[in-house]
Amino acid sequence: MSGFTDRADAALADPILKIAVERTTGTAEAKRAIAVDAFPDFEAARTRAAAIKDHVIAHLGAYLEQFEASAIASGAQVHWAQTADEACRIVIDICKAAGARTVARSKSMLGEEIGLPHALEEAGIVRVETDLAEHIIQLADERPSHIIWPAMHKTREQVSALFRAKHANPHEEETIAAMAQSARRELRGAMLGADVGISGANFLIADSGAVCTVTNEGNAELSLVPPRVHIVTAGIEKIVPSMPHAIHMLRMLARSATGAALTQYTTFYTGPKRAGDRDGPEQMHIVLVDNGRTKMREEGLAEMLRCIRCGACMNHCVVFRQIGGHAYGGTYPGPMGAVLTPALDGLAPNRDLAHACTLNGKCQEVCPVKIPLPTLLKGWREKSWREGLEPTSMRWGLGFWAWVARRPALYRLGTAVAIRAIRLIGRKGWIDSLPLASGWTKHRDLPKPAARSFMAQYQQEQRK
Amino acid sequence: MTANVALFVTCLVDIMRPRIGFAAIRALEAAGCTVVVPQGQTCCGQPALNSGDRSHAVALAKQTIEALEPYEAIVVPSGSCAGTIRCHYPELFDDDAEWRARAQAVAAKTFEVMAYLDEVCGWKPEGVALPATATYHDSCSGLRQLGIKAQPRRLLKAIDGLSMTPLPGAETCCGFGGTFCVKYPAISNAIVGEKADAIDATGADLLLAGDLGCLMNMAGKLHRNGSKIRAFHAIELISGMGDGPAIGEEA
Repeated sequence: MSGFTDRADAALADPILKIAVERTTGTAEAKRAIAVDAFPDFEAARTRAAAIKDHVIAHLGAYLEQFEASAIASGAQVHWAQTADEACRIVIDICKAAGARTVARSKSMLGEEIGLPHALEEAGIVRVETDLAEHIIQLADERPSHIIWPAMHKTREQVSALFRAKHANPHEEETIAAMAQSARRELRGAMLGADVGISGANFLIADSGAVCTVTNEGNAELSLVPPRVHIVTAGIEKIVPSMPHAIHMLRMLARSATGAALTQYTTFYTGPKRAGDRDGPEQMHIVLVDNGRTKMREEGLAEMLRCIRCGACMNHCVVFRQIGGHAYGGTYPGPMGAVLTPALDGLAPNRDLAHACTLNGKCQEVCPVKIPLPTLLKGWREKSWREGLEPTSMRWGLGFWAWVARRPALYRLGTAVAIRAIRLIGRKGWIDSLPLASGWTKHRDLPKPAARSFMAQYQQEQRK
Repeated sequence: MTANVALFVTCLVDIMRPRIGFAAIRALEAAGCTVVVPQGQTCCGQPALNSGDRSHAVALAKQTIEALEPYEAIVVPSGSCAGTIRCHYPELFDDDAEWRARAQAVAAKTFEVMAYLDEVCGWKPEGVALPATATYHDSCSGLRQLGIKAQPRRLLKAIDGLSMTPLPGAETCCGFGGTFCVKYPAISNAIVGEKADAIDATGADLLLAGDLGCLMNMAGKLHRNGSKIRAFHAIELISGMGDGPAIGEEA
């Protein structure tokens, strides 16, 4: 049994998880549908969004250089990291140079990808997660299970119990508003007292050097403006050429993620505090992280670099909605995670991710940047086959079947024999247990095949 | 309209439910087509293609192309197999211009049977009656690769006495996914379990769809649950064969 199958089985056996995932994804699906219907021409907007990203990915080097120059001109410092470890090292060095004891972190999946929470802990720096869901995850000592709602695997009832156990001054009333107040009491002081604020970036604007974040809680602004130092960690694919492009992507992002026209807070950070500014950090550092992205572009995964991390693919995925995010085992779950995780963490331990998909195409249909996720997953299946990672039974089974299927006369004989054998089992038209097909018959009945194949019947009719 | 069309039966229909193939022939002939069943056909190769086994997928695609290319049109009683030929065959020959051209030529004249009857033939069933209530599941490959949604409903509407009741989540995958359902049976079961409940809740007499794989998955789950809903490929009703045995019923 693979790790994935074990995790999926555990998830399927957890009825609370199912309720939690269904509540959030169900609401997201319904709200997105309304938002997309209300949009003048969402299909054209998707095409434009994909074209913007494709253009940037094709000219990534030029746009990165432009962004670096603009960011430096705005007073920020730009750092380049080839790997996750290098990115973490740069962040820790900046924290240490600033004498930081406490950092406030605004939710960033790139931070999760490079292992930043762990690196901060190892460096002895206190990390305060300021996004409400990340705060929940931190209290529970868990990992995010969704890229937009990291704590979506928890019900509000579970969160209430967690807050009561961990908060200094927890809520008394059992309402969502009271719970939010409890988190606010816990977090606000920590945010205002942090030495360094760390964020990701939803978009990097090449011509102005601005970094854009979107939140619904305003926690990014409170985490990034008061501290002395603001550090941004961002994947190099986050670039857009200019503000109008960013605005277009923002329209796609919010609608695809939550069904809202815009998030509550959309902020563009352009450099540190300037002379005359009333507030803002003294230093702004932007760490541009590759971590396999250049390789993805060169090895057939360029389309995946369009991803704007909206989560629509997982919200609409029948598999994700049954097993939740943790079962995928990587930083990113769902269809986009199934494509990214083998690239980030290796194919051999993650070959299941490419297969645990029905190829129904819904993810591609809702993707705001038209990523052909099923095609990319099939690409991983092909690679896994070529590299001999597929189970021997599968290789031999398919090989034998294909060998027969390439010999139509033998194939007809084979189907006749198979039909006869299968028809010996079961009764009254249905088979409730079939050796070698227990994956099917464990959960559902199999209709008996007809007594004679179509081809056999047809040939007999033609001879009449 | 007197086209000379080849029927690509599909391996699942050939073995599990030949009635679907005969229903397709009956409807096509009623629409004025001359139907031929090329003997060189077996399976389109989709299991190999979706398992990552490209070399066997290419070999079976070549065999299928050779068998089908002499005909004016190729008609398939499955959105998923038609989608493989139409959308994926040309992609298999990126480095082979000759075969790519042959694959593209076959792809361009391959149709799912109900789409062909409705859009190409402009045909509707006449004099077909079936007093029943039916609900329709949109199989994913047909829906998203070939845009099959309105065509079967238009054809079914012409059946006297048949009333259609919508299936909530009709466009949500049933959890079949080819080899997915046996590779990840527990996940597949959770998905088809919800689908079966949704089908049951419609109160329909019949479950219809355009792909036998999905139908076997849903019908098998409904039967395991003790549901009385009977499942047919929509073409069986459209061709006037809806009074015969449903999936899992002995003739």
